[in-house]
Amino acid sequence: MAQMTNHVHKKSLWKTILQYKYFYIMVLPILIWYAIFSYAPMYGVTLAFKTFNYREGIFGSPWIGLEHFQTILTDMELRRAFFNTILISIVKLVTHFPTPIILAIVLYEFSRTVARRVFQTILTFPHFISWVVLSGIIVNIMSREGIFNQLIVMFGGEASALLVDENAFRPILYITHIWREIGWDSIIYLAALSGINPELYEAAEMDGANRFKRLLHISWPGLKSTVAILLILNVGQLMSQGASFDQIFNLYSSPVYSVADTIDTYIYRTSFTTGGDFGYTTAVGILKSIISVVLLVTANKIVKKLGEEGLY
Amino acid sequence: MIKKKRKKWSTFDIVAYIVLGLLTLITFFPFYNVLIVSVARFDVISKSNLYILPKSFDLSAYKLILADMKFWTSFINSVIVLVAGVAFSMFLSVAGAYALSKKGMPGRNGMLSLILFTMFFNGGLIPFYLVVKELGLVNNLLVMIIPAGLNTFYLIIMKNYFGTIPESLEESAKLDGANDMYILLKIILPISAPFIATFGLFYAVERWNEWWYALIFISDSSKVPLQIYLRETLITSNSLLNTMAMDMAAKGNFAKVYTPALQMATIVITCVPIIAVYPFLQKHFNKGIMVGSIKG
Repeated sequence: MAQMTNHVHKKSLWKTILQYKYFYIMVLPILIWYAIFSYAPMYGVTLAFKTFNYREGIFGSPWIGLEHFQTILTDMELRRAFFNTILISIVKLVTHFPTPIILAIVLYEFSRTVARRVFQTILTFPHFISWVVLSGIIVNIMSREGIFNQLIVMFGGEASALLVDENAFRPILYITHIWREIGWDSIIYLAALSGINPELYEAAEMDGANRFKRLLHISWPGLKSTVAILLILNVGQLMSQGASFDQIFNLYSSPVYSVADTIDTYIYRTSFTTGGDFGYTTAVGILKSIISVVLLVTANKIVKKLGEEGLY
Repeated sequence: MIKKKRKKWSTFDIVAYIVLGLLTLITFFPFYNVLIVSVARFDVISKSNLYILPKSFDLSAYKLILADMKFWTSFINSVIVLVAGVAFSMFLSVAGAYALSKKGMPGRNGMLSLILFTMFFNGGLIPFYLVVKELGLVNNLLVMIIPAGLNTFYLIIMKNYFGTIPESLEESAKLDGANDMYILLKIILPISAPFIATFGLFYAVERWNEWWYALIFISDSSKVPLQIYLRETLITSNSLLNTMAMDMAAKGNFAKVYTPALQMATIVITCVPIIAVYPFLQKHFNKGIMVGSIKG
C-alpha cells in the first residue's frame, strides 16, 4: 500500500516537472551563471590551504595545511585592517541605519506632497552616481583650496588637508555614506509606511492621538518588520558592504592607511600591487566570509528572540 | 478657498521644512559646485572657488577633454558595455525571475536558497579572479558584461513582482493553447513593461558606473571604461592631466586651463547620461520597490 502511494507520488512529481519544463529552461541560464561565478570560486577556497603557483593553477598547487592561517595570526598589517573593517562598518551601521527611517517618517508625515517629491528627488540622486565620481567631488571639496576649507578660513579657522588627516578620514566616510544613501534607503521604509491602512491614522486622530502617539502606535508597528529584516541584512553584510571597498579605495591614500585600510583593500593591495601569495589572501578572504555568516546567523537569532520574523 | 481648504502650517511642517531644506541643500550643492567650477576661467577661479554664482563662463575644459583620444576610447567602451550589458542582464534576470516566481515548480525553494546564499558567502576575490582568468576574460570587455551581469537583489525584487501577477491571467491564455514561453513574451512582458524598464535603467546605471571589474581585470588602456579614465584624471595622476593641458596649450589650441575645471568637466560629462535618465528612474523606482518589497 505504502509502496503504491509512493509510486503514484513519484509519477505525479515527474508529471509536474514536465509541466514546468519551460520554466526550467528559463531558469537554467541564471543557474549556470551562479554555478560559474559564485560556486566555482567557492571551490577555489581550497587555495587557502595551498601555496599558489601560477603554472600549476588551483588544482596543481601544493598543499601546505594551515600555514597561511598561522601567518594570519602574526600579520600586524592584517590585524590593523581587521580592526578597521569592524570599527568602520559598525560605526557606519550605527550612524547610518536610523537616518533613512527618520527621513521616511518625516517625509511621510509631510502634508505637502509636491514638496515631498522635490526633497525625495534630490536626496535620492547621489545614490546613482558612482563612488569614483563622488570621490572626485569630495576630494575637490575637502582639498586645501576646496570650499570646505575656505569656509573654515572665513570663520577664522585653519585650512588643512582633511582626506590625509587620520582624525578626519573616518568621519568623512560616515558622513559621505549617509549623504549618498539616505534618500535611496528611505524608499523602502516609505513603501512600508504607505502600506499602512490610512483609516488607522484617521481613527487615531479622532481619538485625539497626537503626532507622536500616532508614530508610536501606528507608524512604528507598521515599520518594525521591515526594519528588522534590513537590520539583519546589514549585519550579515557588515564585513563586505559595511566597509565599502568602492568608497574607501577611491578616497584613501597611504597617509591614512592606519585608519582606513580594511580587509578588502588589504587583500586587493597585497594580491595585485605588492604581489603576495594568492593562497594567503584567499585564506584572509575565507576568514572574512566566515565572520559574515556568523554575524548573519547571530543577528537573525537575536531578531527572532525579540519576537520579529527573521530572514529565514 | 481656491479648491480645497488649505492645510494650516503646523510647527512640525515648519521644522521639517527647514531640516529637509538644509539636507537637500547639502546634497545638491556639491553637484552644483562641480558644474560652476567646470566652466570657470583660470584667472577667475584660481583666486577663490568659493562663490555661489558662476563668475565666468568658459568651455575650454570641455573642449580639451573632447579633443582627447583616450576619452573617446573609454567612452565608446562604456557605451558598448552599457548596451550589451543591459541586454545580457535583462535577458537573464527576466527569464530567471519569472520562472522562480512559479510557486509550484519542484526544486524552486532549493534554487532560491542557493541563490540567496551567494549574497552572504563567496569564495573571495582571488578564487573569483582565477575563475574569470580561466575563462579568458582578462583584458576583455566581456568581463564587465558577463560576470558583472546579474544582481541578486534585483533578481529577488523582480521575482516578487512577477509573483503578484494574478495566475488567472496565465490560465486563461493556457486554455487558448499558449505555452509558458509564449505567455511570458506576449502577455507578461507587455503588462510589466514599465516595471521591467525600471530595472533596465537600474542595470544601465550599474553598467555605466562600472569600474571595479575594470580595476581588477583590465590593464590594457584601450579597454578601460569611462569611470577608469575619470579615476585617472581625478585621483591617480594629477601630473598626467597637467601634461595633457600643457601639451594642448603648447599646440596653441587652448588657453591655460585650471586643473580642477578639467576634472569637474570630466565628472559632468560622465554624469550626463545618468542625469538624462534620472527623471524616468525617479518616476518608477518608488513603485518598483514597493511592489517587490523584500518579502514574498
